[in-house]
Amino acid sequence: MTAAPIPVRYRVGDPVAVLDLGKAGHVRTPFYVRNRRGEIAQFCGYFLNPEALSLGDTSGPLVPLYRVRFAMKDLWPGEARSDRDFLYMEIYDHWLRPAPGPHA
Amino acid sequence: MTASGSIGSHDHDHEHDHDHEPEAAHVIEDDAGNLEGQQMIDALQALLARKGILSAGEVTLEIQNIEAPGTHLGARIVARAWVDAGFRARLLENGKNGASELGIKVGEAQLVVVENTAEVHNLIVCTLCSCYPRSLLGQPPSWYISKAYRARAVREPAVVLAEFGLTLPPSTGVHVHDSNADMRFLVLPLRPPGTEHLDEDALSALVTRDSMIGVALPLERAPA
Repeated sequence: MTAAPIPVRYRVGDPVAVLDLGKAGHVRTPFYVRNRRGEIAQFCGYFLNPEALSLGDTSGPLVPLYRVRFAMKDLWPGEARSDRDFLYMEIYDHWLRPAPGPHA
Repeated sequence: MTASGSIGSHDHDHEHDHDHEPEAAHVIEDDAGNLEGQQMIDALQALLARKGILSAGEVTLEIQNIEAPGTHLGARIVARAWVDAGFRARLLENGKNGASELGIKVGEAQLVVVENTAEVHNLIVCTLCSCYPRSLLGQPPSWYISKAYRARAVREPAVVLAEFGLTLPPSTGVHVHDSNADMRFLVLPLRPPGTEHLDEDALSALVTRDSMIGVALPLERAPA
């Protein structure tokens, strides 16, 4: 492993949006959360990017992994059972962007 | 399973993620597909054996290692958390460290233990494949890997839970954890009412696999 780790840029509670990078291969960000907004729930640590790792590339850099919390009513408009229902998912740093301001 | 949790930790490819073809097969569930996988495994094993890289005995041993963990490990962790508040706090802080206090090794990168409360019920799913805390619960049940569970658990979890026989009060929030990367998740269920007199061993007998995935509650009394 040679490259320096990607710096942590979010704190718990920060609003984020999930990017749609259109990448092929061993991608760990499902379609149903792409372009959706949520907030950082936990910093999980640094991990090798599975998209590179799946091809045997262990050169790094290490990527911060976060757990992101989404309101079910934002993921499935009109379908959610309760405002108290949430979905948590792990998302690697490069699939996230800051998303300040009110929810769309 | 490697420390970073990705190489070889998933059961099948995800090559279909990027395209937009309708109903691209993410999991092969039919017999013909399994047969094809089996043929590839047989061919690979024969090649590796012929080249002297591994022996049939080593393969058998590794299969035993994979199959050795079972629900009892997760149940021990839950039962200890029910009787020991300090352990429970440490477990929720860092699942892997908590498990290691009981001499239980978590093979996956990290373990996140999510606690059910009167207000929140937790449910685990892996929509992309079959990520599962195998070192604590063994191999996942077939329904956990099914496309129906994976698709529906994140969209209509309360309906799925009702089909499993668990109807939650409207006031209880559902937290679904889509386990798709380096974390693995274990539900810490609520201790059943009326079990105050039970010791840790007796309590662990009440902790079912399904209660640690979140599709059921623990038993209220030991099975006869």
